[in-house]
This record gives sequence, structure tokens and C-alpha cells, in this order.
Amino acid sequence: MKAKAIFSSLLLSAALLSACGNGDGSKSATGNAAPDNDNQQSGGTVQIDGSSTVFPIMEAISEEFAAVQPDVNAPIGVSGSGGGFKKFTQGETDISNASRPIKDEEIQKAEENGIEFTEFELAFDGLSVVVHKDNDFIDQLTVYELKAIWVENEEVKTWADVRDGWPDEPIEFFSPGADSGTYDYFNEVILEDEQMRKEATLSEDDNVLVQGVAGSPYAIGYFGYSYYAENTDKLKVVPIVNEAGEAVAPDLDTIQNGDYNPLSRPLFIYVNNESIKEKDHVYEYVKFALENVGALAEEVGFVGLPQEKYEEQLEKLEEIRNS
Amino acid sequence: MHFINRETIQKQTKKRMAVNHLLKTLFFAATMFSLLVLAVLFYRIFTQGFEHLSFDFLTNFASRKPEEAGIKAALYGTIWLMAITGPISIVLGIGSAIYLEMYAKQSRFTRFIQTNISNLAGVPSIVFGLLGLTVFVRMLEMGRSVLAGGLTMSLLILPIIVVAAQEAIRAVPQELQEASYGMGATKWQTIWRVVLPAALPGMMTGSILALSRAVGETAPLIVIGALSYVAFVPDSIWSGFTVMPIQIYNWTGRPQEAFHDIAAAGIIVLLALLILMNSIAVFIRNKFSKRH
Repeated sequence: MKAKAIFSSLLLSAALLSACGNGDGSKSATGNAAPDNDNQQSGGTVQIDGSSTVFPIMEAISEEFAAVQPDVNAPIGVSGSGGGFKKFTQGETDISNASRPIKDEEIQKAEENGIEFTEFELAFDGLSVVVHKDNDFIDQLTVYELKAIWVENEEVKTWADVRDGWPDEPIEFFSPGADSGTYDYFNEVILEDEQMRKEATLSEDDNVLVQGVAGSPYAIGYFGYSYYAENTDKLKVVPIVNEAGEAVAPDLDTIQNGDYNPLSRPLFIYVNNESIKEKDHVYEYVKFALENVGALAEEVGFVGLPQEKYEEQLEKLEEIRNS
Repeated sequence: MHFINRETIQKQTKKRMAVNHLLKTLFFAATMFSLLVLAVLFYRIFTQGFEHLSFDFLTNFASRKPEEAGIKAALYGTIWLMAITGPISIVLGIGSAIYLEMYAKQSRFTRFIQTNISNLAGVPSIVFGLLGLTVFVRMLEMGRSVLAGGLTMSLLILPIIVVAAQEAIRAVPQELQEASYGMGATKWQTIWRVVLPAALPGMMTGSILALSRAVGETAPLIVIGALSYVAFVPDSIWSGFTVMPIQIYNWTGRPQEAFHDIAAAGIIVLLALLILMNSIAVFIRNKFSKRH
């Protein structure tokens, strides 16, 4: 059975490859390369690009949307929140996925290019601060302690420096890469724009961070909730003291009702207003997204917003459509 | 009087043989080491991904549900990309190799070109991605199309093909060419009838190895804006596209273990495609080298 599957895969690729050999038609077309490539955009394609964090949610939406509207293509690119905005503010995309709000200089860029847009919230993510699963001394951390741990400074070198009675062992750090919206958010609410530990291991691949923290007894790291939820056997999540003074661990309820703060963050899409008005398929796609994202987000490891929030945003969408 | 001192020779022979033996073992160990790494890699990939391989895996589009996810869009995207990259890079590459080896006079200028081609072969692939983004995607307004991707990849592997083709032409015995000129053949006739047939196996091997490199590249394509989720097969050179390495990279970055397993299945499909391409290279080499 399995051997047959391999054989058929080989056979298929052979057939396809030989078909390509004859397909030199591609060469003659390079001559008139410049003109009408817009048919790719206008042929019912929703141009989506942006954050890798938001990608699984959008993938789910595009997949389900294809079942309802098979004529519309909604492929998704992953250039990161910043890379997505770079394209969005030049009018190259209809929808930009972001795991952080748009920055002032990006808004300015959009204005220069005459792009008007609307922000929609899709779901929540709870940034989870994690340590090794056998770490039994950490019971909770305050935001102040988190900052002391993560900011580059001379006073805090070992866990004993964070709180008396904790082991005199150096801390190891694992953080998402500086290009990610996750890093930006942590930088804003915890580091308050100060320099992060230079010895921190940065990686764009959150699984590398999971492996890193799971492999070192005195490590600390942070990433999106879904990476913790899939690895609860390898990691221990640290409850964070919120504004009300309670130590709260992230879970579906505490992230949704806002008890887990300040590390709960909203995930966004930014939609080009002109696309909503002019392009039916973009409007339909965003409408479908807001109607269904609650359930779909939870399927892929995020937390939906309260229902009334989606309804408010649907009204906002209608307003733009009819303006 | 003994010119040859048997005792010293015997003493030295032992030492020489020991060194000989030691080196043989060392080289054998070196070979075994790389084989071992390969074996571990294969074992890991196959145990992880084999059970996810099925016909459905090849005919389904990507999905949020790992059990329904397939590699169709990426497989077709890779094949489209090769259909564009292959002809362009091979024609341009072999063409410039023929010019440089057969026509160009040895001058400071040709040496300058030569050095630059060798240097280009070592430029990081992401630089070619940025070049493709500026020139093909933006300036020539090709958009994020499979054509822009194919052209970028052509540039990336062009230097490798040129160098390989040059080596192949240089390996054609000078006597063969002189004999051809002696019979009154023109330069083009000599190239077409004598040089190219003899150099073809080397050229094809180089070209297909270069294409195999292009099959595995991700970075330049992500830079030019290749997509990550695609639920359609490219229908023209202006279509958006994804390729297998991007799809695999995307799956390995997911939190769910099940996605890592289908990533392994994707790697098996990619390996199968690479082996297929390499065996075509071997086939061509054997077929043509027998004629000469």
C-alpha cells in the first residue's frame, strides 16, 4: 500500500516533469513581460499578506471561504507584520495581517500613497511566559520583575537576583525575532523600549524557542499561546500579576475576558477601504471572515472575541461599503 | 658494499605501511560519517512522514487540518517554476559559456567577466531575491507571479551553469577541434558538430544539479512575495504561486506536532523529485558519453 503510494508519487512527478520539458511556451512570453499583469489581481483574487502569527487564522478563513465562493482565490503571503504593511501601504495588497497595531510611520506612508484603510480585530492571543517544566521555584511574576529579567542590566544576572531564595543560577533567554509583531508587543508592554538582553537567543521559528526552553532548566521564554498549548507537557507557564493585582495564567477564558493582562494582545487585519467599496470579492471575504473567525480562530489555537465585538465590526464594514 | 640497506628498508616499510593503513581508515571514516548523517536524516524523515504519504497528500491543497492538508499547490508551483527557470537558465548559461570559451579573445575584459561569474556563484541567494523584487516584481511590473519567481531563480543558478558548461567545453580535446577546422569546417560547424556533442553530458549534469539547487531554495522566493497559502494551481505565468520548500517551512513552524509530520511527508516528496531530476542527469550523461 505504502510502496504503491510512493511509486505513484514518483510516476506523477515524472509525468508532470516531462510535461514541463515541452512547455517552452514560457520563454516566448518573457518578451512582452511588462503589460497586463493586472488580470491576476482583478480575476477575483483577494491579495492578502502579513504576519506569520495571524497566518493560521487566515488560512482557515480562506479554506472555508473557498467552499462558499469557489471562484474567488484568496492566497496568503507571509512577509511578517512589517513586511505586510510595506506592501499594503503601497496599495499592492487588499488585506494586511498584523499581530501589532499599525505604526505611525506606516500610517504616514499610506497617506502619502493615498491609501485609506480600516482596522479589524480578529482574535486574541495570550503571550505566554514559559519556563522549564521542572522549574518549581517560580510561582508567579510581576510585570516589574519581568522587565528586570529581560532588560539589559547589571543588577540581575541570576534567578537569585530576581527574588531572594531563588537559585543562584544564570538565566537563559529565548525570544521571538526582532522582526515579529510578538517581539514588538513584548518590547512595548514589558521592556518599554529599552534594550533587551543581548545574550537572548532570538529565533523566527517559535518551535526553536519551545525546544530551547524545554532543554534548559533555568531558561525563560515567551511566545504565542498556541505554542504553549501544544507543549504543555514540556513547559510550565508562569502566571503574571495583572493590573488588578492577581496572578493569572493564560487560558481561553482569562485571555478572552481580559483577566490575563497586559500580555493579551489583539490580532488584526487591515483592509484597504477602496477594495471594500470597489471589489465585491474583497468585501465578501472580510464579511465572511468577521462572521466566522470566532470559531475558526479557536480551532487553530487562538481565542475569539466576544460576539458583540464582531457585530460592531460588521456594522463598520457595511458603513464603509455603502459610503 | 651494500647500496641498499635491507634493515633500514624493512624498518621504514613497516612505518610506511602503518601510515598507509591509518590514512585509509581515516578516509573510510570520513565517508562513513557523511553516510551516517544521511542515514539518520532519512530515518528521521521517513519514520515521521511515511504514514502521511498518500495519493490524497499529492492532490489536496493546504489546510488548517493536518489530516486533510496536501502539497498539490506547492508541487505544481515547483514544477511551473522549473519549467520557466530550466529553459531560460540553460539557454543563457550554455550560450555565454560558448561565447566565453570559443569566441571571446583573452583580454582583461574577459578575465574580468570570468572573475565576476565565479563570484556571482557565491553570492547569498537572498541577494538575488532582492534583485528580483526590485527588477522583475516592481520595475518590470510582473507582480508576485511565477514568471518573476522563475526569472529570479534563473539568475540565481546562471553562474553555476556557466561555470559547469565552461568546464565541459574545456574538457573537449583540442585535437578534435583542430581536426574539424582542418577539414574546412567553420567555427559554428565545429561547435555544433564537435564541441557540443562531446560537452553535452558535462553541461547537462551541471545544469540539472543547478536546477536541483533551485528546487530547494526558499529565501529569494519569499522575498519576491511568493505565497504561503494557495488553494489553486497556477494557470498562467502571471499566477501567484507557492513552492514546496515554502510549504514545508510553513508546516515546520506550526505549533501542532501533526503539521511537523506532514512537513516530513512533504520533504519525502521533495526528495523524490530531486532524485528523479538527478537520475535524468545520470541518464543523459550515460547516453551521450557512450557515443564518444
